[in-house]
Amino acid sequence: MTAFGREEDRSVTTGPIAAAKRVRRRGLFDTEPMVRVLLIEDDPAVAEGLAIGLRRQGHATDVRHTGEDGLAGVAAFDPDLIVLDLMLPGIDGFEVCRRIRRAGNLPVIMLTARNEDMDVVLGLEAGADDYVVKPVQARVLEARIRAVLRRTESAAPAGRREVHGELTLDRTALTVLKAGRPIALAPSELRLLLALSASPGQVFSRGQLLESVWEHPYLGDSRLVDACVKRLRIKIEEPDRPARYIQTVRGFGYRFGPL
Amino acid sequence: MTGPLARLRGLRVRLASACLLVAAFAALATAALTYREARTAMLQRAQDSVVRSVRDRVEAVAPSVPFPPDQAALERIVALVDTRGNTDHWIVAAGYRDLWATTDRVLTPDAIPTALRTTADEVTAFQRVEREGVIWLAVGVPVTFAKPLNGVLSGVQVYVLTPMRAQMQEEAALVRAARKGAIPAVLLALVLALVVAGGVLRPVRALQRATRRLAQGRLDTRLQVKGGDELADLARDFNHTAAALEQHEARLRTMEARARGFAADVSHELRTPLAAMAAVINVLDEDAAAEHLDPDTAAALRLVSAETGKLTRLVDDLMEISRFDAGAAALHVDELDVAEAVRRCLAARSWSGAVTTHLPEGIRAEVDPRRFDVVVANLVGNALRHGAPPVEVGLGTERRADGVWIVLRVADRGPGLAADTLHRVFERFYKADSARARSVGSGLGMAITLENVRLHDGHIRAANRSDGGAVFTVELPRYARIEVTEDA
Ligand SMILES: Nc1ncnc2c1ncn2[C@@H]1O[C@H](COP(=O)(O)OP(=O)(O)OP(=O)(O)O)[C@@H](O)[C@H]1O
Ligand SMILES: [Mg+2]
Repeated sequence: MTAFGREEDRSVTTGPIAAAKRVRRRGLFDTEPMVRVLLIEDDPAVAEGLAIGLRRQGHATDVRHTGEDGLAGVAAFDPDLIVLDLMLPGIDGFEVCRRIRRAGNLPVIMLTARNEDMDVVLGLEAGADDYVVKPVQARVLEARIRAVLRRTESAAPAGRREVHGELTLDRTALTVLKAGRPIALAPSELRLLLALSASPGQVFSRGQLLESVWEHPYLGDSRLVDACVKRLRIKIEEPDRPARYIQTVRGFGYRFGPL
Repeated sequence: MTGPLARLRGLRVRLASACLLVAAFAALATAALTYREARTAMLQRAQDSVVRSVRDRVEAVAPSVPFPPDQAALERIVALVDTRGNTDHWIVAAGYRDLWATTDRVLTPDAIPTALRTTADEVTAFQRVEREGVIWLAVGVPVTFAKPLNGVLSGVQVYVLTPMRAQMQEEAALVRAARKGAIPAVLLALVLALVVAGGVLRPVRALQRATRRLAQGRLDTRLQVKGGDELADLARDFNHTAAALEQHEARLRTMEARARGFAADVSHELRTPLAAMAAVINVLDEDAAAEHLDPDTAAALRLVSAETGKLTRLVDDLMEISRFDAGAAALHVDELDVAEAVRRCLAARSWSGAVTTHLPEGIRAEVDPRRFDVVVANLVGNALRHGAPPVEVGLGTERRADGVWIVLRVADRGPGLAADTLHRVFERFYKADSARARSVGSGLGMAITLENVRLHDGHIRAANRSDGGAVFTVELPRYARIEVTEDA
C-alpha cells in the first residue's frame, strides 16, 4: 500500500473505556488504563522495539520469543491481550493462536508481514481478532489494542437478556447462551454478534462492520469480517443448514435474522 | 494476418496454375496437332479419291467431245461425268470461255472461286467452298483434247462439287475425340498440379505455422528438417533463430526475475530492522517534544523519526510492488456504493473540504475496498500535492459492449503534465518535478495505482485538460471477473 492507504495516516479514535483496570499510568495517549500485554515475537530487535513502545504506553509487557515460551507465558503472566507474530520457530503463530482459542477467549492481535497475504487469512481462521502489518508504529498498535479490548470490557453485572431463537444474549454481562448453554466467543466474534443483533433484519455492509466492530477504516480489509462471520457461524449456527442468525445478503453484507 | 495468408494462397494458386497452364498447353497442342494431321490425312484421302475419279471420268469423256466445244458439248461432258450414277450428290459443271453447263440449276460460274478457276486452267486443283452452310469440295480439272490440240490445254474445265458431309462428320468426331481426351487430361493435370503445388508448399506452410507460433511467444517451436533443398536450409535457419531467441529470452527472464527478486529481498530484509525502529518512532517523537532536551538532540530525534517514517513508507510501497511482480497480489472484492467509498476515502484523510465532488448516488460496483481506497487516495493526493485547487472528483458509469464500467475522474488546475511525460507518470520512481519532490514522495504512488487498477481489469489514463491542469481517468468493470468474497 502507499502513502495514503496506510493506517498511520489515519486519525485514530480512542474513546472512553468502560471500566479501568488495574493501575493508570501516563502514556502517549494520556489516561488509558494499563493493560497486560504478552508479546510473542522471535526477532529480538522488533520485540524490544515493540516492548519499549508498549511500556511507554503504560502497559505491563512480557516478551516471549518462541511459541512454546509464549504458551507458557499465557499461564504465567496472565495477560489481558496477546500480540502474536505468526512466523515463530517451533510451534508457529497459527498453532499458538489455535491453542489460545481452545483454552479461552483472550484477545489476540497478530503481527504479519505485508507480503504474506495468505497469513492474514490463515491467522484469522485460527481465531485472531485483528492484525497489524509490520513495520508498525506503537501508536497504531495501541489503537488496535484499545479497539480489541473495547470489545470485551464490561463491568456491569448480568442484566437484561435478549432471546433470538435459541440464542440468549446478555448485552451487559456479555454472555451468549445457545439452548441454555454458554458459548465461548472470541472478543471480535462477540462484538460482531452484538453489533448485528442490535438491529435484527438490518443489513450491515462489511465497511460498516469494519468501522463499528474493528474500528478499522471503512475501506479496510473485508476479510476480517468474512473470517469472523465464518468462525461465529461455526459456533452458533446448525451445521449443514443454511445460516439462520448471521445471514449473507449478497452484494450488500450481513444481517441478523430475520428468524 | 490475412495479408501473408492471401499471399500464401496466391503462391499455391500461382504454382498450380503454372503447372496447369503447361499441362493444358501440352494437351491442347497435342490435341490440335493430332487433329490437324488426322484431318489433313482424311481430307487428303477424300480429295484424292474424288479428284482421281473426276479426272478418270473427264479423261474418259474428253475424246468424245469435239473441240472447241459448244454449249451442247459442254452439256454432254457434264452429263457424262455425272452419269457415274453415284450417290454422292455431285454437282458437275463445265465451262469454256463464256459457256457454262451444270447439273445444278443454281450453280453459276461465280460460285467457283476465282483462284480455283485460274489454277484449274492448267492443272487439277481443288478447294473447299462453303455453300448453303455445307462444306463442299470443289475439284477443277482442265480438259485436254487429243485432237486437234495434241494434249494441249483446251481452256475447258470441268468442275465437280461434292459435299463433304461424311468428312465433316468425321471431323466433328475428331474434334469430339480431341475434346474428350483433352478435357480430362486438363482436369487430371489440374489435380496433379494442385497436389504438386501442395507438396512444394507444405514446408512453406509448416514454416508459416511455426513462425506464427514463434510470434505468439512459443519459443520452443522447431521445424522438422527434411532433405537438402532451399526450403530445408530455410527450416534449419529458422530453427537456429528460434533456438537463439529462446536462449536469449531465458537469459532475460532469469535476469529480470533476479532483479525483481532482489528488490523483494531487499525490502524484505529492510523490513525487520525497520519494524524495530518504527515501533519506537512515537517514543522519539514524544521525547523530542520534551523541554529539557538539548535542541540538537531534539532535532536529531525528529529527523530520525521523520526519516524512519519515510523509509517505512518506501519499504511498504516496494513490498507492495514486489507482490504485484510476483503475481501474489490478490483481489478481495466486495460490492459497495462507489460514491460512499470515495467520500469515505476523502474523509479519512480530511480532504473532503479541499475537493469538489460530483458523486451520483446509487452506483454500486464490485471492487476491492482497500485497493480502491489506495487508487482514489493516490490520485487525489497527487492532485493536491502536485496540482493545484480546485481538485475535482467525478464519478459516472458507461455502458459498453462488454458490460457496465465505472468511470472515475480526478482533475486539478495545477501545471499538468508535460506532453512527453504523460505516459511516464506510471513508471516506478518517476517524478516529473524531481527537484521539488525529492522530500515529498517516492514516485511509486502511480505505479502502485496502475497495478491496483490492472488487478481489477481496469484502465487508467493520464491527460492534460485543455484549460490547464492534469486529469486522471480510471475505468473499472462494474462486475469483478472473480466471485464476490463469499463466506461458506
Ligand atoms: N495531478 C498531477 N499534476 C502534476 N503532476 C503530477 C500529478 N500527478 C502526478 N504527477 C507527477 O507524476 C509523478 C509521479 O507520481 P507518483 O504518485 O507516482 O509519485 P509521487 O507522488 O511523487 O510519490 P508517492 O505517490 O509515491 O508519494 C509525481 O512526482 C509528479 O511529478
Ligand atoms: Mg503520489
